[in-house]
Amino acid sequence: MEPGDFVEARRRLEAKARPGGVKLTSLTEAAGWVKDGDVVAIGGCCYSRTPLAILMEILRQKRRELTLARNLMCYEGEWFIAAKAVETMVSSWFAIGLPWGLSKVFRQAVEGGQLNYEEWSHLALGLRFRAGAMGVPFLPSLSMLGSDLMGVGSAKSMECPFTGETIALVPALFPDVAVLHVHRADRLGNCQIDGYPHMDVDIALASTTVLVTAEEIVSEEQIRSQPDRTKIPGFAVDALVEVPYGAFPHECYGLYEADFDHFDKYVSEGSSQGAEGVRQYLDRYVYNTPDHKDYLSLFGAGTLERKARDAQQLVGRG
Amino acid sequence: MSYSPAELLAVIAARQLAGVKSVFAGVGIPLLAAALAQKTHAPDLTIVVEGGSIGPELLPGQLPISTNEMRVAHRARVLPGITDTFLFAQRGFLEVGFVGGAQVDRFGNLNSSVVGPYNHPQVRLPGSGGANDIISLCHRVMVVTMHERRRFVPKVDFVTSPGFLSGGTSRRDAGLLFGRVSQVVTNLGILGFDEESKAMRLEGLHPGVSVDEVVEMTGFDLLINDQLPITDPPEEKELALLRELDTERRFI
Repeated sequence: MEPGDFVEARRRLEAKARPGGVKLTSLTEAAGWVKDGDVVAIGGCCYSRTPLAILMEILRQKRRELTLARNLMCYEGEWFIAAKAVETMVSSWFAIGLPWGLSKVFRQAVEGGQLNYEEWSHLALGLRFRAGAMGVPFLPSLSMLGSDLMGVGSAKSMECPFTGETIALVPALFPDVAVLHVHRADRLGNCQIDGYPHMDVDIALASTTVLVTAEEIVSEEQIRSQPDRTKIPGFAVDALVEVPYGAFPHECYGLYEADFDHFDKYVSEGSSQGAEGVRQYLDRYVYNTPDHKDYLSLFGAGTLERKARDAQQLVGRG
Repeated sequence: MSYSPAELLAVIAARQLAGVKSVFAGVGIPLLAAALAQKTHAPDLTIVVEGGSIGPELLPGQLPISTNEMRVAHRARVLPGITDTFLFAQRGFLEVGFVGGAQVDRFGNLNSSVVGPYNHPQVRLPGSGGANDIISLCHRVMVVTMHERRRFVPKVDFVTSPGFLSGGTSRRDAGLLFGRVSQVVTNLGILGFDEESKAMRLEGLHPGVSVDEVVEMTGFDLLINDQLPITDPPEEKELALLRELDTERRFI
């Protein structure tokens, strides 16, 4: 779909038989919605609430030629590069964080011409998802103007018809699939997110298909008792899977902190050796772990409990 | 009292926030500077972080590494979505922004995207993140960076974050009506920009630094003010506050 094609995006949404009922399914079936060549938008931000469990399942299913869109891309981006699963990335930033330096895998892929990288400012990418969520072709923006970012994506500028000033226009991004991790949902897919909302709601509404993992599936009564906390309505969700620790070792607000020791290990033993190092990591942590419970067992119950206590302390409940 | 270049940067940047009410700060030195300012020269300062945190308090020894993790939500007053956080700046609520970059040029343009051409870079860097938005949308922006010749280049390879573009009125002509780069704070001195040409100008030196040293570390012709006040060195109290926050000396 061309950027900003709101007519086609609406047609695709209406043409879909989005089920109104129970959305619960397995990780395998949920990830099965993703097809080769799809544009997949990833929720959360950097190492917060990254839907790692379903991303790993997409890798296990050997998808190819994907476009990945995420506002701040963390090392899950390296996984898709190393697995040769991604052709294009749309983002405003790609790294883990200062202590871990530049991403060697990302550098080699872009510098070697194997990856198309489309850079946007953080707000501009957020507005692209929001335009998609609103079902309109574009939104005006006051950033990006004058910068070279205007020339590397599909942004345009125009004279404002009301004031005559120059404004930037960013086209709606309508992903084929959104993958999100949330705190809790009922079986109908009504989703609640605690703490940072990031861009998840806009991503969900902009996408044709929405796949959600939740830390906990709760009763419809519990959702009805706090509807003001429900961020994504069930009618926007296609598939829902209960996956405790579904973002680990990334963080999930209030439930577990990121495991920085594991990041150190991932970089020193994996990504600092380039794509081959990441492939060895994937063999151990993704391809040889048939499900998420096996994966979590590699970290040990003690680590999971410790990270849960750290999270409680940080949000003032510990 | 001895101090590291990073500590000097944080202390000087914090002093520039005297009396400021809101600052858009990234993690690392900018966030430390903002937290220090709050405890010294700017008690009413609200810190805004791009991951979506307004008014957080830093936990000593548990400084955030990303702009969107729980550590930077600690005791926050609002946790808005990321797009909405930037829209507070676009609407005009946020006074000062902090940015940095791998390259900065004589018109204060910053590059954090690529060394070399965009499509075939010699070095692919992490990218804008919110830097482009902060420099475009806050009332004024402070560049905080180490002063190195390879960093201070005549013209950036890629304008990730627009300073004064090609100088003169070019920033405004591009549609950037509101913000401006007001200062460049480095480990050697404090720089500003000529009112007309918008070329970078040396306006102050840190203790023990000579003009020659600044010129040597700058890859383009700097304007130099006749009067160059010498910065007061970091005080014991300022350094103690910083070290209380960054107990692991992760950033300082």
